[in-house]
Amino acid sequence: MSLSIGYYPGCSGQGTSIEYEQSTRTVFARLGIALSEIPDWSCCGSTPAHTVNHVLSAALSARNLELAAKAGMETVTTPCPSCLTNLRTASHKMENEAFRAEVAELLETECSSLAEIKSTLQVLVEDFGIDAIKAKMTRPLEGLRVACYYGCIMNRPKELMQFDDPEHPMAMDNIMKACGAEVLPFPLKVECCGASAGIPRKDIVAELSGRLLDAAALLGVDAVVTACPLCQMNLDLRQSQANAARGTNHQMPVFYYTQLMGLAMGLSAEDMGLSKLCVDPNPCLKRAGVL
Amino acid sequence: MRIGVFVCHCGSNIAATVDCPSVAEAAKMFPDVAFATDTMYACSEPGQDSIINAVKEHHLDGVVVASCSPRMHEPTFRRAVERAGLNKYMLEMANIREHVSWIGKDKELNTRKASDLVHIAVEKLRRDTPLVANKFDVTKKVMVIGGGVAGIQAALDCADAGIEVVLVEREPSIGGKMSKIDKTFPTVDCSSCILGPKMVDIAQHPNITLYTMAEVEEVGGYVGNFDVKIRRKATYVNWDNCTGCGLCMEKCPSKKGFDRFNEGIATTTAINIPFPQAIPKKASINPESCIMLTKGKCGVCAKVCPTKCIDFEQKDTIVEDKVGAIIAATGYDLFDYTVYGQYGAGKYPDVVTSLQYERMMNASGPTSGHIKRPSDGKEPKNVVFIQCVGSRDKSVGRPYCSGFCCMYTAKQAILTKDHIPDSNSYVFYMDIRSPGKGYDEFTRRAQEQYEVQYIRGRVSMVFPQGDKLMVRGVDTLAGEQAEVEADLVVLAVGVESSVGASGLAEKLRISYDSYGFFMEAHPKLKPVETNTAGVYLAGCAQGPKDIPTSVGQGSAAAAKVAALFSKDMLESDPQVSKVDMARCVGCLKCVETCPFGAIKEIQDRGGNVKAEVIETVCQGCGICTVTCPQGAIQLQHFKDNQILAEVNALCQAEMSFE
Repeated sequence: MSLSIGYYPGCSGQGTSIEYEQSTRTVFARLGIALSEIPDWSCCGSTPAHTVNHVLSAALSARNLELAAKAGMETVTTPCPSCLTNLRTASHKMENEAFRAEVAELLETECSSLAEIKSTLQVLVEDFGIDAIKAKMTRPLEGLRVACYYGCIMNRPKELMQFDDPEHPMAMDNIMKACGAEVLPFPLKVECCGASAGIPRKDIVAELSGRLLDAAALLGVDAVVTACPLCQMNLDLRQSQANAARGTNHQMPVFYYTQLMGLAMGLSAEDMGLSKLCVDPNPCLKRAGVL
Repeated sequence: MRIGVFVCHCGSNIAATVDCPSVAEAAKMFPDVAFATDTMYACSEPGQDSIINAVKEHHLDGVVVASCSPRMHEPTFRRAVERAGLNKYMLEMANIREHVSWIGKDKELNTRKASDLVHIAVEKLRRDTPLVANKFDVTKKVMVIGGGVAGIQAALDCADAGIEVVLVEREPSIGGKMSKIDKTFPTVDCSSCILGPKMVDIAQHPNITLYTMAEVEEVGGYVGNFDVKIRRKATYVNWDNCTGCGLCMEKCPSKKGFDRFNEGIATTTAINIPFPQAIPKKASINPESCIMLTKGKCGVCAKVCPTKCIDFEQKDTIVEDKVGAIIAATGYDLFDYTVYGQYGAGKYPDVVTSLQYERMMNASGPTSGHIKRPSDGKEPKNVVFIQCVGSRDKSVGRPYCSGFCCMYTAKQAILTKDHIPDSNSYVFYMDIRSPGKGYDEFTRRAQEQYEVQYIRGRVSMVFPQGDKLMVRGVDTLAGEQAEVEADLVVLAVGVESSVGASGLAEKLRISYDSYGFFMEAHPKLKPVETNTAGVYLAGCAQGPKDIPTSVGQGSAAAAKVAALFSKDMLESDPQVSKVDMARCVGCLKCVETCPFGAIKEIQDRGGNVKAEVIETVCQGCGICTVTCPQGAIQLQHFKDNQILAEVNALCQAEMSFE
């Protein structure tokens, strides 16, 4: 199977989640899915833009989708759920003529055609297929017990995302199963981790992410698997803050799902950027015989 | 011809946006109008009297009333015209309320449109001819569809009034939802103790024929003379000989079938009697779980049956009957709560529905009345009730209130405390709706005497944590998040129209709303009638309601049937199609197009093929009249020349109101 698709990396991928970016590109290349980066892409607007001005936010996102369309890309994929939400919201809002006119004025372009945007998860599950993923596995993750954590915006609101179940999503669960891992049903898979509240109110993230870590520990998993740079940061980088605030002592590795896919496909720990993770993943991987 | 026109103000309903005196003035210019006036309330006693007086004083031959929809008051004014000594079909109505004043704000345009409608009515009336109704016999037998408490009450009241009753129920036993309920609010008396005797009365009443495991297949005919076909589904047991001894149930090796009566909280045998008080107390075989019927070998029940009544070859049979009236009391079904992903979508065994909880509390239920968690059989100490699951929630397409969930939740919380004295109950609610006799006192009793904790707010999610369920929601009164650790969660699932309700409505030719509930003829004044003569409603089939209201409606529907059957003959509607024999060429195209089978082929005296309308079967739809190439078949009161005259009137030059 050969797939070719536009690619929107997002800003986090250039910094805090560079290992997500690196593993996504490497895994897609190994699967034979060609990702072509949108030329001259820019920030989607992230959280600040839409809290201030919806037109500005849509303009920042639409610029990218228009560039993609001009470069001949029908569909664009992004690993970041936050970018996904902004890009999808922009497309949706621009179906309104008056709104589109405002955005067009700001961008000084026509905004006549926009590329469609999908998450990398959706591309893997719907376009590539679970069975095809399974066929690429050379080093199944047998013995690794994981909980998949989707965060609150990957599948919601369902009218906008139109992918997977908004309350009980299974896309990542199914991919991890295809990789040979033992996936436990994680009851808080769509609960909020605290998101960007970590900057002004560290205590909120400590509490909310702490609850997620408690629930995962109660299940007895070796690791949590995520698909969102911000979720991963809150659960991994801020794990010690949650421990300190709540008197726990979690040592729970938090992977990007693409990292585990890469390992199962025989790619190296270095290729997958495992050294970038804060909580050391090596003990659990060694225990499970993956490394 | 001398025509009188009466323009009704309907208080300010019409007069506020239509200049009624001007309309009456304009009417005087229309052909044959001998008298025209406006009147405050045409339907009131003085209003009707003034019509009658005008007919006599001005020697009128016909009357136009410009007022509301004929659906509302055509019968009223027809009676008035009749009292004035005219044929009652010499009346036309112009609907200037629903079609004009209520929908338009521009008084000048409204006045013009009202005048146009009066003009149309006058032109039609000029071509009206007196019509005389025929009389026909009434079959004094009623079919009640649905054997829940509403249907049971309706059937018993009819039977007690000396009317023959056919009661049709699709489940193996009558009793409906009420037979599954443990106790009833607000008296907390045993449901089966008060329903059981009524069920026995059904079985023993000489005027009642009971068909369970049966569904209405076809309904033809009309008020007084419905032809019905009832499908009696195969039970694979000869009920004439079955004594209900239950030996077959004890020996049946297929024990894992879904137990419908117990709402799936237990399993049951392939051959079973649904519950000890079942009426009729007869066994039936579920063909999906029966080993003999699925795999072709077993037959244990046939071997042990002392009366040899098992019949694996049994087929559905059709019973044909003739009834004069029908009462639809098909009840309701429960909302499928699995669409709520946040409550676990059916994945958590300790999240149960309210009706499942009733079965768990019921002494004759699968747990013998001991409340046990489905997952591990432990007695729950913390029980959380979530209200409005599938009620008052637009996001799942159920914006309406199911009416009785607040009450049964209070009852279940009280009973929980009775069953498990050291337990705690929590109720997440939106509003407490308890407008009934003794109802609000009851919900207060739950809170004050039984210490049930009511938390006002919605639940955002239920999730397992260890062997507990965490219920997270909001307490909108305290303005904070509420999290309760529960052993068992009970969802107060809302009411949905019964499965197949819309299909039955189509067979009965009655209307139903967008949720599948049957439409009453008038929301206030005709709550148990439908727009189809001879078809009545009772219970939740019409909309959510509790037991006392369902019983009340059952009795009301029975009273309507008794009133209908108090006459020996009914009058047929003369507004039906009629064939002009001289014009008919016998092509019989009308026979093919008639949706009611109301036209038959005959031969005239010369042996020529002709069409003839069966007056009592014709519904007056008019399809035949547009099919007939000769214009030989005409709908009385709506003949081609009348319709054309109406169109003509509408196409005249505009009137002016200087």
